[in-house]
Amino acid sequence: MSNPYAKLPRWVDVGLLPAVNVIVGFLVAGLVVVFLGENPWEALKLLIGGALGSGRGIGSTLYFMTSFTFTGLAVAVAFHAGLFNIGGEGQAYIGGLGVALACLGLDPYMPWYVTFPFALLLSMVFGAAWAAIPAYLQARRGSHIVITTIMFNFIAASLMVYLLVNWLKPFSSMDPSTRLFSAGGMVPTLKAIWALFGAKLTSPPVNITFFLALASAFGVWLLIWRTKLGYEIRAMGLNPTAAQYAGISTVRITIVTMLISGALAGMLGLNTIMGNVGKLTVDFVGGAGFVGIAVALMGRSHPIGVLLSALLFGILYQGGSVLSFQMPAISRDMILVIQALVILFAGALENLFRPALAALFARPQAQAGVA
Amino acid sequence: MMDSVIILSVLDSTIRLSTPLLLACLAGLYAERAGVFDIGIEGKMLFAAFGAGVAATWAQASGFGEWVGLLAAVAVGIIIGLLHGFASISMRGNQIVSGVAINFLAVGLTALLAKAWYAQGGKTPQLENDARFQQLDLPFAASLKDVPLIGDVYSGLLSGHSILVYFAFAAVPITWWVLFRTRFGLRLRAVGENPAAVDTAGISVNGLRYSAVAICGALSGVAGAYLAIAQSANFAPNMTAGKGFIALAALIFAKWKPVPALGACLLFGFLEAVAIPLQSQPLFGVKVPSQFINALPYILTVVLLAGFIGKAIPPKAGGVPYVKER
Repeated sequence: MSNPYAKLPRWVDVGLLPAVNVIVGFLVAGLVVVFLGENPWEALKLLIGGALGSGRGIGSTLYFMTSFTFTGLAVAVAFHAGLFNIGGEGQAYIGGLGVALACLGLDPYMPWYVTFPFALLLSMVFGAAWAAIPAYLQARRGSHIVITTIMFNFIAASLMVYLLVNWLKPFSSMDPSTRLFSAGGMVPTLKAIWALFGAKLTSPPVNITFFLALASAFGVWLLIWRTKLGYEIRAMGLNPTAAQYAGISTVRITIVTMLISGALAGMLGLNTIMGNVGKLTVDFVGGAGFVGIAVALMGRSHPIGVLLSALLFGILYQGGSVLSFQMPAISRDMILVIQALVILFAGALENLFRPALAALFARPQAQAGVA
Repeated sequence: MMDSVIILSVLDSTIRLSTPLLLACLAGLYAERAGVFDIGIEGKMLFAAFGAGVAATWAQASGFGEWVGLLAAVAVGIIIGLLHGFASISMRGNQIVSGVAINFLAVGLTALLAKAWYAQGGKTPQLENDARFQQLDLPFAASLKDVPLIGDVYSGLLSGHSILVYFAFAAVPITWWVLFRTRFGLRLRAVGENPAAVDTAGISVNGLRYSAVAICGALSGVAGAYLAIAQSANFAPNMTAGKGFIALAALIFAKWKPVPALGACLLFGFLEAVAIPLQSQPLFGVKVPSQFINALPYILTVVLLAGFIGKAIPPKAGGVPYVKER
């Protein structure tokens, strides 16, 4: 079936249209603020100030950005293969189990730089393993990956509560979480950045996994646009039948792509568990897996787009919690509302403004074609 | 004697816990049979529960609080259903993405508004009993109460639920009749399998799909109202707690058919009902972790989807927006 929409110039399709969609999402969010009787301009100023106005704010913003980069890249890689991985939340949760096991096993004996590679490896293996079953079921048995990954999020949540309550929690504790890691299980925070801005009270949570996130984004770019595997992934995403005809095994690509996606999601725990909390807790993912969907959609599945939208969501999460203190009418739930509006306008309603933009930009092109 | 009391109470809670699942499952059945995937049922229920809580509070003094609440819940459900329809039918957007957006919007917006309006931590105010759906006694329930077995089953188990429970169970044969015995139902199923054929016959594909998502919204609305103003006495943040997704699992488990949907929802409701007593009571000498029982609906659905017990084949045109040939 032919593309129902007129072709737009590339810069409009890749740049202007997504920007318009995201801006409309934020305008609607502004209307919600007005509806609650507050000034959206003031709210925006408080939000930006809270996220970027102090060393501590920037530290937290970058910390959130690190988490959302991992989950955003996870969703983006799967998108390139035409797969919708809603299971980032569960894969990150199970990945966190890998991180915690490495830390619990090694932290009494080893410094953090010995623990870290093991934690990294286990986080990726555990995250990938949790993505492997839905991937296999999609590739071999034809069950829809969206449904199975949703189910696996819930199964992961139950499994982790079971493990924490029955096996990982110290006997003396009532709190369903592991013991606190010692120094050998914690990665260093980026004190240099925070000292630069003169904040001295407590260390902000951004840590060296921030650089791992940047490296992962670069790695994903290399993978998707500079390797044979990446070419095969994109080919399958554009047209599975054609890819199959060209000799690409869609079964193999489905499984490999989902393993990479799950491994990326699994790395989230390095940032939150090893970088900040220092123990494995119930629901430590806290929705970051789902933020990844918004981040990937907004970033158009390109690593640079993912980094930028992860930064934007980092600002939203950090600034939003500051905002909720200053403007009690705007509780932290506003972050979720904005997240939903971004998914709605940048994702589901992405064609809303396409006809209008087509009327603006397609005409000169058509005339050029006639002449 | 003791055992039969436990069994009766478990079955009684099975009926109560199955009701929202059943309503949500039938809601999804209409949408998905018409070719519109809907993973946003959870969000619609939550929006509707909020609408019911707010409207019932507002109309509490009139004495018809519960009916105003139900009406508001259905209206809210239909509006959100039409939003999903607009994104996935008219705008030909990704139906999964639209559902994800609706789910987040529901969790965020309802809590945000409830906190700002009532300042009770996101809850709506506790309703008086006469602004909620009351337990209904079936005819002769009182006089049959002491008859052995019949009395237990009829008076103890079947009687004494709110009217929404009876509506949910009545909706099963009604849905079967609508889908398989009316012209509308035939067209609805056809539009989910082969929209081009329906279009060729001169019937509006989009019109049928919009009516399907509206019915889906209305039934999700009843499910939300049941949670907020029948089972509880107010709305609470995220009170659906994944029920919409269990309903989705039940829909797949039932292979998109109304009568099996009843069975699947009763099974999943039963699992929810036994999870609590099983925490203290070992089964055949083995202590079953409650987390395992909680995860069982999802595990069963994955196993079914994998084709190990029968095969679940979704409507053929599901998830694909229809583009008229030009």
